[in-house]
Amino acid sequence: MSQRTMVEALNLALHQAMEHDDRVVLLGEDVAKTGGVFRVTAGLLDRFGEERVVDTPLAEAGIIGSAIGMAVYGLLPVVEIQFDVFVYPGFEQIVTHAARYAWRTKGEVPASLVIRIPFGGGVRAPELHSDSPEALFVHVPGLKVVCPTTPNDARDMMLAAIEDPDPVIFMEPKRIYRAGREEVSDELPFALGNGDGRYNEVLSKARVAREGDDLAIITYGPTVPLTIQAAERLAQERGVQARVVDLRSLYPLDVDAIVEAASTCGRALVVHEAPRTAGLGAEVSALIHERAILDLEAPVIRVTGYDVPFPQFANEDDYLPSVDRITAGANKVLDF
Amino acid sequence: MSEILRIIGDGKEIPDAGVPDGLSDKDLVEMYRWLVLLRTFDERAVALQRQGRIGTYALYWGEEATQAGALYACAATDWVFPSYRQNSIGILRGVPAATVLAWWRGFGGVHGFWNPREHRVAPICVPIATHLPHAVGLAWAAKIKHESTASLTWFGDGATSEGDFHEAMNFAAVMKTATVFFCVNNQWAISTPIHKQMATATIAEKGAAYAIPAIRVDGFDPLACWKATKEALERGRAGDGPSLVEAYCYRLKAHGTADDPRLYRDESEAGRWMHLEPVGRMAGFLKRLGIMTAEEEESIRAEAKESIAAAVKEMESIEQPGREILFEHVYASGRPWTFDEGLAELEGVERPPEVKPLGPPTGAGAGEEGKTQ
Ligand SMILES: Cc1ncc(C[n+]2csc(CCOP(=O)(O)OP(=O)(O)O)c2C)c(N)n1
Ligand SMILES: [Mg+2]
Repeated sequence: MSQRTMVEALNLALHQAMEHDDRVVLLGEDVAKTGGVFRVTAGLLDRFGEERVVDTPLAEAGIIGSAIGMAVYGLLPVVEIQFDVFVYPGFEQIVTHAARYAWRTKGEVPASLVIRIPFGGGVRAPELHSDSPEALFVHVPGLKVVCPTTPNDARDMMLAAIEDPDPVIFMEPKRIYRAGREEVSDELPFALGNGDGRYNEVLSKARVAREGDDLAIITYGPTVPLTIQAAERLAQERGVQARVVDLRSLYPLDVDAIVEAASTCGRALVVHEAPRTAGLGAEVSALIHERAILDLEAPVIRVTGYDVPFPQFANEDDYLPSVDRITAGANKVLDF
Repeated sequence: MSEILRIIGDGKEIPDAGVPDGLSDKDLVEMYRWLVLLRTFDERAVALQRQGRIGTYALYWGEEATQAGALYACAATDWVFPSYRQNSIGILRGVPAATVLAWWRGFGGVHGFWNPREHRVAPICVPIATHLPHAVGLAWAAKIKHESTASLTWFGDGATSEGDFHEAMNFAAVMKTATVFFCVNNQWAISTPIHKQMATATIAEKGAAYAIPAIRVDGFDPLACWKATKEALERGRAGDGPSLVEAYCYRLKAHGTADDPRLYRDESEAGRWMHLEPVGRMAGFLKRLGIMTAEEEESIRAEAKESIAAAVKEMESIEQPGREILFEHVYASGRPWTFDEGLAELEGVERPPEVKPLGPPTGAGAGEEGKTQ
């Protein structure tokens, strides 16, 4: 047992997956010699050698496209995109190929790869290092999109994503990469390579991050810790117990957990950092209205980033959903 | 192909060649002034980052010749397209240095951006190689309008791996645009050395694939950079299309202020290139020719120091922009209704404390946080 940050937990998962299965290879810019700009892949070059841990040329379409070719030949590539925004040159490969390889091959040859994307703001970075592009991928049929927020989830979901035969977009909330440590066991969370579909469960289920029956707050990624803080404040200030649901899987959504929370509480709020229009909040809100309208006491409200380019960092705290904004949104739902 | 154009010697083993035609003594001193201004900005920006007064910064110490030399060859009407590495090139074209510093301080809007048409300097480009097609389109448009405007764009060795580099080169060649592709081959892309980036021995030879003439120059030599660019622009203006300049040099410092190169390379290698750095080298050259006295040199340095100090002061007098800045300038046509709702929501809560740059990493885990860019 050992106390680990999310970065260290991801690193552990990659060590375990590579140890277990020599088809797992890592590709990306600066991932080998330096272990990645966030050090998620630190130590893997020394352990597994430069054939399996590769500093590639600087070309995202090339990296993702080659990973697809490797997957077709039976390897299990894990790709690192250096920062959110830099996935855009590789978008074509993801949408037209990674997402459709299974469909185009009678389901027999899925593009079994994982694309890791550190994303989001709050780290005082220069322009174009802070986007939250997850909804773009959620909108592409054929992809799974996931986002862990705790070290244990990061480790378990990384192992599951590598096991999963479908292409997985693995969103890593960089702002909370080192936000806290927790016990992450060296034991494997489930047996690898059994083909028992356990990865499906790990990758598709939401998690209740805080119990409560008065208000459902549904969120994921960097806004999960803020939402928990807002829930504590609501409890103190007005005795309301909010249930915080951490989605973990952004596609497919855990519809049962979402509807259950909304129905039980009768009121729901959705929170995310990405821009609002056609974001995850819209989808979650639609699901709740379609399936639980008779249980609702109030319309579902969204607290999100705005429909603007991510600002220069001196103004990023104005853009990012804050505990204050989440609390204000919750009050609006509660006082409807 | 592997021959390298060099004009300025090192005052020891490498002899000086003659001053290229077209450069007067005054030009040479002016070019030196540009080099010093860029150097002064860069050193000051690094210091500001260390003091937590601006955010992560991408330094260019040692690459001043590739910037000042190339720009000096351009006509005032020519456009330039910088990457983050040439972030302050605009200060040689009238962009206030305070504006560039404000960009690194995390200010947007009128504080950190400028109108590219005013200075013929495109915005700082962060995603690698994505500005190259813009330079092509601009010169192509000039051609459609029967104007002699040319374009120049800077990018690194790593950038030549991106698809946008190849697409831009091909478009420029097919459309015969007056575009100079100025590649700063500093032999590193963050931690990735050039031999892992490409299998070719040079970058110049990539021109052949597109029928683009290419030349290799000493990237630490401002006059070599000037001459190659000058000839490329003349070819372009004569209707002979684009050129590729490979400025061969070495990244003497870190990739950025959050990067620690000791993790991935032997820093004594940088030491071996150090004597070629352009500012001292140009000063030595001018003194050998008797064009610049020690007093003139001193006054150029003092003047640069003063002007950058004034810019720092100006940048630091900027107040944190109000919250409405989020919604400004996103659309030229007006504001969608979502913006008004967003602003109303923002104004309904207390404003978060002012955002300050993080400053240098300290304590446990220092150097572990992500290098940016
Ligand atoms: C599309 C894209 N991918 C990745 C990055 C991250 N990144 C920033 S600089 C850099 C290396 C660039 O090397 P090079 O082109 O040689 O230019 P240099 O930094 O040496 O000036 C990388 C990978 C980026 N900015 N854009
Ligand atoms: Mg380089």
